[in-house]
Amino acid sequence: MIGPYGLTVNGRRHEVVDGWVGESLLFVLRERLGLPGSKNACEEGECGSCTVRLDDRLVCSCLVLAAAAADRSVTTVEGLSAGHEAGGPLSDVQQAFVDAGAVQCGFCTPGLLMAVDDLLDHDPDPDDLTVREAISGNLCRCTGYGRILDAVDRAALARREART
Amino acid sequence: MVEVNRGGRTVGDVVVIDRVPELQGWDREGDVLRLGASLTYAEMADPALASLVPALAQAARTVGSPQIRAAGTIGGNLATASPAGDTLPVLAALDAEVEIRSHQGHRTVPLDEFVIGVKANDLAPGELIAAVRVPVLDGPQEFLKVGPRNAMVISVASLALVVDRVGRTVRVGLGSVAPVPLRAIEAEVMIAARLDWAGGRSPTIHDVERFAELVADATRPIDDHRGSADYRRHSVGVLARRALVRAFGEPTP
Repeated sequence: MIGPYGLTVNGRRHEVVDGWVGESLLFVLRERLGLPGSKNACEEGECGSCTVRLDDRLVCSCLVLAAAAADRSVTTVEGLSAGHEAGGPLSDVQQAFVDAGAVQCGFCTPGLLMAVDDLLDHDPDPDDLTVREAISGNLCRCTGYGRILDAVDRAALARREART
Repeated sequence: MVEVNRGGRTVGDVVVIDRVPELQGWDREGDVLRLGASLTYAEMADPALASLVPALAQAARTVGSPQIRAAGTIGGNLATASPAGDTLPVLAALDAEVEIRSHQGHRTVPLDEFVIGVKANDLAPGELIAAVRVPVLDGPQEFLKVGPRNAMVISVASLALVVDRVGRTVRVGLGSVAPVPLRAIEAEVMIAARLDWAGGRSPTIHDVERFAELVADATRPIDDHRGSADYRRHSVGVLARRALVRAFGEPTP
């Protein structure tokens, strides 16, 4: 047992009590904080389904000790469109994935959304190679990447237009 | 962390060091770079540092995915001491020194004394890697790696080639072809003696082939699920030839 520590997720502060020191951030998000958007697949940093933003870095939450994220800012896929459940819109990247039909089983989608959101924050107009590199840590096993790449183009365009 | 997730590793007391400012970033003192243990792969590939140690940046770019490069560090790569650690052949070629600290003081260990076996290092209980020191050299550098595909790959064989025009040396570090990172000393001495340092003429085909042979001979590879010993030996020869040609130009007849 370690004890209680604070995690700030999507701008909201949570207190983790009765945690075990070896718990990953992914485990705590899903099992203790009720945020199952980040997916658990490989648990070794290979698949990217658990991708979150830790402060300004995109990381695999399965490879981060939860307690090591204490007092840092964590953004999960639930934080991309915080107002959606209350009737607000999806984020630009989420909407682009819907529009492009880039979701099949959906398991890789949260990680991809996080990776693409982070990419477009740093590079509003990425070329094809940059996009492929940016999503190289996110595996889709359903159908391939054609519609995902299409979704990235749509999201990039939407974000550029929103800025002008 | 992977071992913890799989339940194979018990966790005792943990000290989280990723926010210790003394372990972060890098600085330059004359011709020596001091790379903090918490320097990430993403930071190694940053242009300002990449221009000073290009081979390290090239190696860092081949590690995992953006997510892994944002989290993984040079100190972690050293401490893990995997035969396939991507920065290790570069650090071997650069004759890097590892700065180790503990509550009793600090000591500096050359890389070849730090990595002492497969996933075994020279750290004693209570010791911490503080930084790695590498020289800034005048000359081309290359890092090349063989794997089944481009992204997310653990190397089957890797090679770093570092040229020091002032000292007139060529230094070759090898990864994944022995329990520890190796140097190809015979090949280094041979090619340094044959290069046209003053005139800049590229090496002859014969010299390039001999260099590749000697580099391949320096390996002590094993057969495993990633590749056979023969394939590794062959690959390293190919990488040696390619790196030398990239550094000095197409060979002359």
